[in-house]
Parts: sequence; C-alpha cells; structure tokens
Amino acid sequence: MAAIYSLFIINKSGGLIYYKDYGSAGRMDTNDSLRLASLWHSMHAISQQLSPTVGCTGIDLLRADTFDLHCFQSLTGTKFFAICEPGAPYMELLLKGIYELYTDYVLKNPFYEMEMPIRCELFELNLSQAVQKDRVALLAR
Amino acid sequence: MQFFGGSATTEASLLPAAPPGTGAGGPGNNAHMLYIFNRAGVCLLYREWNRPLRTLNQQQDHKLMFGLLFSLRSFTAKIDPTVVEKGNLGVPLLPGQGCSFYSFKTNTYQLNFMETPSGIKLILITHPKTGDQREPLKYIYNLYVEYVVKNPLYVPGTPIQLILPVYHITSYSSSNF
Repeated sequence: MAAIYSLFIINKSGGLIYYKDYGSAGRMDTNDSLRLASLWHSMHAISQQLSPTVGCTGIDLLRADTFDLHCFQSLTGTKFFAICEPGAPYMELLLKGIYELYTDYVLKNPFYEMEMPIRCELFELNLSQAVQKDRVALLAR
Repeated sequence: MQFFGGSATTEASLLPAAPPGTGAGGPGNNAHMLYIFNRAGVCLLYREWNRPLRTLNQQQDHKLMFGLLFSLRSFTAKIDPTVVEKGNLGVPLLPGQGCSFYSFKTNTYQLNFMETPSGIKLILITHPKTGDQREPLKYIYNLYVEYVVKNPLYVPGTPIQLILPVYHITSYSSSNF
C-alpha cells in the first residue's frame, strides 16, 4: 500500500503538465486527468473568492472519505497536488521536495519549454527516488 | 408563528444531547459563516458572525458556494483512488453516491461540509486551526430536523424564517466554535 496514490502538476493557466500514478485502483485516461487538473485549478480559484478574510491563497488540504489531497502552490502559480492516504504525514514536505526537483531538473533544463508537458528523464528518475524514499521513511516510522 | 416562539423552555427538552467535547473549548468564536442548502440549491439558512471580506452580493455568493460544493463532489468521486468504477466526470451524483469530502482547509479558513441522505447540505466555515467538525454538524442537522422539519408551519424548500430554529441553530454555532 502506497502512502501517495498519484501526483499532478498544473501550470499557472490550469493545464496539466505532469501526471504520475503510484497505484490507485482503476484506470484514469489522459482526458480524465486533464479535466480533473483544470477542475482543480478553478476550484482553487473559487475557494479564494469565498474566503471570509483577506489574503486567502486557495485550498491546501482537502479531506475526503477515502483520501487526502495536499496542494502546494509555488509563487509563480504552478500547483503541485498529491492524492494520498487519509492522514498521511509530511506530505507538505514531500511536495516542497518535488518542487525543488522541478526547479532543478525541469526549469534548469535548456530544452524545456515553459508551461509545456514535462518530459525530462532526470526529473522522472529523481522523482521516483523521492517517492520511494518517502515510502521507506513511512515504513520506518 | 407567535405561539411557537414563546414555548422555548418546553421545546428545549426535545433537543438531543450536545455531543461530548464540542462545548469544551468555551465560548470562543471561531465560526465565520453557516450555510444550509437543500437538494435544489436553495439556501435555506445563511448566518455570518465574522466576515470582514465580501467580494460578491449575497445571492451570487450562495450560488458560488453551492457550485463549488457540487464540483468538488464530482471531483472527489472521480479522483477516488480506492474505487475501480468511477463513473463520468460532471454527471450529477445522488447524495451519498461516490466518494465525498468532509472538509477542506486554506490558509484563512476551513470549510466543513456534511451532506445528508435527503440532499440537505450543511456548510460551516471556521478558523483553519479548528479540528474535526463532523459531530457538531450532525448536531446542527439534528436541530434542523427537530425545529424545522417537524414544524407544521414550515413550507419545505423555502428559506427558514421561523424564530425558534434560527435562534437555536445560530446560538449553538456561535457559542461552540
């Protein structure tokens, strides 16, 4: 059983630029993941409008019956969100770690075009290592 | 409706007991807003205690809130990682069908949500540091059943304007969060 079920990265206009599944039940096709990503982008924006006080930056954590959704938004508007088991700890740290990997291996890649889907070998490699490490750390705890 | 408002002392015995621990924090005021929607999206009750920021007029705000809940429901049902058969995105879900959510948190507020089998949606917006509010929401739903549904003068599907239920629901919400 994995702590993290899937990971989405969406650009600042709501387009899905990276999606990885780590063992959720049932298949999700590309169209569905694209739709879910843009739906999340708009939900995030609406939640800021409904805030009772100023300075709302959108949903950080959504608690559902069977999973938790952790979302991290970078200063440039790229959103990272992970679907994980209910109550999985330290997901914010994992998402920040993934953001670092994104800046190192995607943004510093001269062949990467901004706001386009991520196809970087080193990013894939380091991401899978980070997720693996997170799982091992979870087992050790 | 006058006679109904005057019998608060006898009616109070009908109240289910408050869930343990909900009032333990003392009369702090962590609640921002409370919404009650019916299945059709009519806002039956809206109360606010602390809302410095208002971006929209009231009607638009209710529509936006109901739309957000509707979309988040279909989002959670579709993204649910434990179910193989997820259905299609955007198809209206029956109450209780598919995976639902019970709260979400932003840096400025926490939204607590409960949907009953009859499609009544209760939304309580509190400070982000408050804990799990599922039991208090059940208690508020009990108040709704006791004082609104069981009231012969209430016309189903219209905003709640009876004195007693509004008094009980809002005083419970404002004193317990």
